[in-house]
Amino acid sequence: MKAAVIVFPGSNCDRDLKVALSQSMGSEPAMVWHGDTALPDVDLIAVPGGFSYGDYLRSGSMAAHSPIMKEVSRFASRGVAVLGICNGFQVLTETGLLPGVLMRNRNLRFVCRDVFLRVEVDDTVFSSAYTAGQTIRVPVAHHDGNYFIDPDGHAQLEDEQRVAFRYCDETGAITDAANPNGSLSNIAGILDPTRRILGMMPHPERLSDPALGGNDGRALFDSLISALS
Amino acid sequence: MNDLNNVTPELAAEHGLTADEFARAVEILGRTPNLTELGIFSVMWSEHCSYKSSKKWLRTLPTEAPWVICGPGENAGVIDIGEGLAAIFKMESHNHPSYIEPYQGAATGVGGILRDVFTMGARPIANLNALRFGSPNHPKTRHLVSGVVAGIGGYGNCIGVPTVGGECTFHKSYDGNILVNAMTVGIAPTDRIFYAEAAGVGNPVIYVGSTTGRDGIHGATMASAEFDDQSEEKRPTVQVGDPFTEKLLLEACLELMATDTIVAIQDMGAAGLTSSSFEMASRGGMGIDIDLDQVPMRETGMSAYELMLSESQERMLIVLKAGREDDARAIFEKWELDFAVIGRLTESGRMVLTMDGKTVADLPVAPLADSAPEYDRPHKPSPARPSITASDVAPQTSIRESLLTLVASPDLCSKRWIWEQYDHMVMADTVVRPGSDAAVVRIHGSNRALAMTTDCTPRYVAADPIEGGKQAVAECWRNLTSTGARPMAITDCLNFGNPERADVMGQFVGAVSGIGDAARLLDFPIVSGNVSFYNETNGNAVQPTPAIGGVGLIDDLDRITRVGIDQPDLAVIVIGTTTGQLGASLYLREIVGREDGAPPLVDLATERRVGDFVRGEIEAGRVRICHDVSDGGVAVTLAEMVLAGGVGITMSVRDTADHGWWFGEDQARYVVALEQKLVQTLIANAETAGVPAMQIGVSGGATLDLGTEGEIPITALREAAEGWLPTYMDA
Repeated sequence: MKAAVIVFPGSNCDRDLKVALSQSMGSEPAMVWHGDTALPDVDLIAVPGGFSYGDYLRSGSMAAHSPIMKEVSRFASRGVAVLGICNGFQVLTETGLLPGVLMRNRNLRFVCRDVFLRVEVDDTVFSSAYTAGQTIRVPVAHHDGNYFIDPDGHAQLEDEQRVAFRYCDETGAITDAANPNGSLSNIAGILDPTRRILGMMPHPERLSDPALGGNDGRALFDSLISALS
Repeated sequence: MNDLNNVTPELAAEHGLTADEFARAVEILGRTPNLTELGIFSVMWSEHCSYKSSKKWLRTLPTEAPWVICGPGENAGVIDIGEGLAAIFKMESHNHPSYIEPYQGAATGVGGILRDVFTMGARPIANLNALRFGSPNHPKTRHLVSGVVAGIGGYGNCIGVPTVGGECTFHKSYDGNILVNAMTVGIAPTDRIFYAEAAGVGNPVIYVGSTTGRDGIHGATMASAEFDDQSEEKRPTVQVGDPFTEKLLLEACLELMATDTIVAIQDMGAAGLTSSSFEMASRGGMGIDIDLDQVPMRETGMSAYELMLSESQERMLIVLKAGREDDARAIFEKWELDFAVIGRLTESGRMVLTMDGKTVADLPVAPLADSAPEYDRPHKPSPARPSITASDVAPQTSIRESLLTLVASPDLCSKRWIWEQYDHMVMADTVVRPGSDAAVVRIHGSNRALAMTTDCTPRYVAADPIEGGKQAVAECWRNLTSTGARPMAITDCLNFGNPERADVMGQFVGAVSGIGDAARLLDFPIVSGNVSFYNETNGNAVQPTPAIGGVGLIDDLDRITRVGIDQPDLAVIVIGTTTGQLGASLYLREIVGREDGAPPLVDLATERRVGDFVRGEIEAGRVRICHDVSDGGVAVTLAEMVLAGGVGITMSVRDTADHGWWFGEDQARYVVALEQKLVQTLIANAETAGVPAMQIGVSGGATLDLGTEGEIPITALREAAEGWLPTYMDA
């Protein structure tokens, strides 16, 4: 598998994503600067977390208009897999590659902690190494992770089984107490209609190494390797 | 030059210069300074920049060790951590701005300390912060906590450096003067460390980063005076932070540092362009000609005075090798940052500022930078207090009730509400997260790590500045030891009241002497630091708070210890001597309602012997769980261990234990847990080392079983410990 990580001014999880991808790939992804207008030939484009352009406007809205995003959209339309994590998810919704919006957390505070996620689907390039219904632990770290979409859009997501992950408690129960940001229906990650684009607020790259206290994120990267290699 | 200005002794006094200091300025110049020059004198000679009241005492501190690469005097301290790497770190206060405008004050405090570290070539790997707020009952406290925490998070989260640790306590002495101390730890290759010593006549002086605006003018002067009821009018002197620009500046500087173009570099912190240019010039014995028209400006019509005194954030001053300007410019343009050649080094030894083709200031560098006034202020020792043990204090409630009250007290309760607002995991190297004795951050790409912590027990320092100073260093050393780290060096952030008062100066002198003694005996040199005086409002000073930030080295991540009891059938052992010292303890304050008495004595030889023993047992692989005993004594230590790991303890200590035993705050103690089959070896080794060690319980179950004192379900402990802060903040 060949991968590229997009780097915006203000990205700050680009290195973390590179480390996690390298660990699964056995080689390094290309790091592509936001001002570039061409992508190398890749099987996966990863959009990392951070505060692109400072996110002083709505999170991800400036980055959505950067030169490289035109190319990302072009690659996506060709079926190249795209993974957006945290700010990357925000960028993908602002770009229109994924539906819905990420609003300010319902308690208005930044939140950084481990959360439990229920894996909702295991038939995608991102999740084949998980089992649907499985509970995994990965961290969130965001101020704007409160996912919202209109009722029709929501119904479509559910009907098409495009909710990839939901916040849950340790036992896998979907409860309001386990929802760290107020997301509609505890949605933590969604797929586009082709199921080749995933946006998620939690950071699988931060718990892909037992030394850091957990390894549940690694299966996401391993899934990609097995699907795209 | 003087025709345009009427600088009088009165105007000088408004700038914070005493009559003597003004006379000295006139003498140095051989004429009356103009307004711009007066502004420069006033900030350079402010307490904040010149350390004029503290220098005499700071010189007594131990600053050297074979592993120290650079001690105090540079932007940050540098130590050798092996394998070609150095740790670069410093702690600094941003107290006054944070009280006036908590979000921006705290945010720019973080920004400033980050720059101090990356200006030396290090990539920052962690932030910590030590916060002191007023009484929870004070009407401003909630607003200040909320704003400061959001500000620290807002800056650190955006720039992408994890905030991994620190402390947060409350006391009424901080009602009118909160303390916000920020620490940054970075890592650089030992052969690429950058200093701020100008060299090379003709070399260009360049300005990079944000533009200069009118914000923060006189910040350093504000930090050098007491507060009064009108202090909130000083809000315009608080700077505004832009963490996004700082992130760009960080990456651009590190990119430039990988080239061979930099002669010297310094961030523009307090007193902005003035202190950065004077300090770089004075370190190298150089002069600088600066053309102020070249300074990138945010607003039109700025005067020389404003340009020199602005504390706009996210700016750096760099001396480049002549002819390398275009290489540097390309890097800063890529990152879309301002870049301007604003001056040249000269051999004149003078700072000559021009604007509109006219000379607007012409000052000799050395007298301003090096010959700042220095005072030996009168100092009065704090009166001695009697020691207090259990026999002097009737127990107020049961041990069980007292413990539940203590774990729910503002100082001891869980600070999760705070650190969950900080991204403490970005950079994916945080091994031990906030809420432990010390945070542990992996050295990227290796199996080694740095442990780091900040510590101080202000109530001890108030009770006995010498012992309190010792204790702050000892507790820092102990917290690092508790993770299995080898303590390496410290940075200090000395927060005190008005040094012109003999009792406050006495606290300072005592604390510095205690810090020095402890640092010497524990081989724990002070490599950087900061003094913050005038932390008082309307004559009420804060408790003396010399915060100590420590860094330790872990050679093997597989041999670290954690706080939590996470499995049953482990022997729980207390190491060190318990005599039941209750003077100035949290039990006395929170349960009995008294703040008197002498703090526990710190016997440094014992501290070292006990700590070295514990570290040896960790390195030998026998001890995997360890927690130091501090605030709240053995009882609180055990509660914290149970809470962190989720497995209970059944105590075997029975009737003989009184409230002094449970809650006394004797120093040089640890609680460790280990497999029962290893206990004999540990006890035997302890005897050989001359260290008391006694088994007090066995792990297991879902309660903290205090024997005859009853038991507490872990769920009840958790509710008490986790409940207070969120409930308080939501009220």
